[in-house]
Amino acid sequence: MNYMMLIDVVLLALVIIAGIAAIEARNLFAAIGLASAYSLLLACFWTTMDAVDVAYTEAAVGAGISTIMLIGAIVLTGEREIVRRAVHWPALLACAGVAVLLVYGTLDMPRFGDPDAPAHTHPIYAGFTQQDVMKDPSGKSFELAQEYAAAHPDHSGDYFHGHVPNQVTSVIVSYRAFDTLFEVAVIFTAAMALVVLLRGRRGNPLKGGLL
Amino acid sequence: MIAQATGVFGTDIPTLAAGLALLFGVLLLLVRAIAGPTIWDRILALNAIGTKATLLVALIGFITRRPEFLDIALLYAILNFVGTIAILKYARHRRLG
Repeated sequence: MNYMMLIDVVLLALVIIAGIAAIEARNLFAAIGLASAYSLLLACFWTTMDAVDVAYTEAAVGAGISTIMLIGAIVLTGEREIVRRAVHWPALLACAGVAVLLVYGTLDMPRFGDPDAPAHTHPIYAGFTQQDVMKDPSGKSFELAQEYAAAHPDHSGDYFHGHVPNQVTSVIVSYRAFDTLFEVAVIFTAAMALVVLLRGRRGNPLKGGLL
Repeated sequence: MIAQATGVFGTDIPTLAAGLALLFGVLLLLVRAIAGPTIWDRILALNAIGTKATLLVALIGFITRRPEFLDIALLYAILNFVGTIAILKYARHRRLG
């Protein structure tokens, strides 16, 4: 077992402890604090997984703004949770079923960091950008693109500017617009849901406000 | 400057000990954050967990030989500060702002 593996295992165990404690805490202030700790520890784990951008987002959203918004929520609702211990069996079964399906889905995934993973061996076809590169002989990628085009005359599997062979990376970095488009879709959906939830009843708006 | 990658753990023993000590500290602080009993115990535990997370990211940066991770550690420190201020404001005034 290598060293980072040891750190990862201990870190994930702590994440699980913090998560369960956040769910089980009856004092809502403690629950918010534990959820914040959960996010920070999870962000550390993303860092060990080399997903630094995800770690940034997790820390800023999970540990930063969510904590403040949830505190704004308990200003309005009070600090104690009303305890209802009944277990909703259909919901529990549905969650367990989805969990089993998700684990089943990961069984076929390639090993972490596998160089033969499909994301590395099936680069995105980008014939149109290839032609843009060919028009600009001063660009550094010109030679690479030319080499690649010579090796693949039918344009099978040529990639963006000849230098991003990984599908995921090329979408995130080279095809930035797609990435941003779907992020905007997610944020728009979240904003719509918030508007519906926080609109309040007519003539009886939320008193005091959050901030 | 950066720990040599040697030995069975892929790094040297002092770095391993530092990482595990930090994680053990997080465990103890989690126990305090869960047990309470007062709001001040929890605030102190959460602030210290944030500090441990900052140090952990910096340590991971040195283990994996990527000192740029120090920037992320600084971001965590700032977020931790803002979060603690918000929590303290709530604890003192029972409202934000």
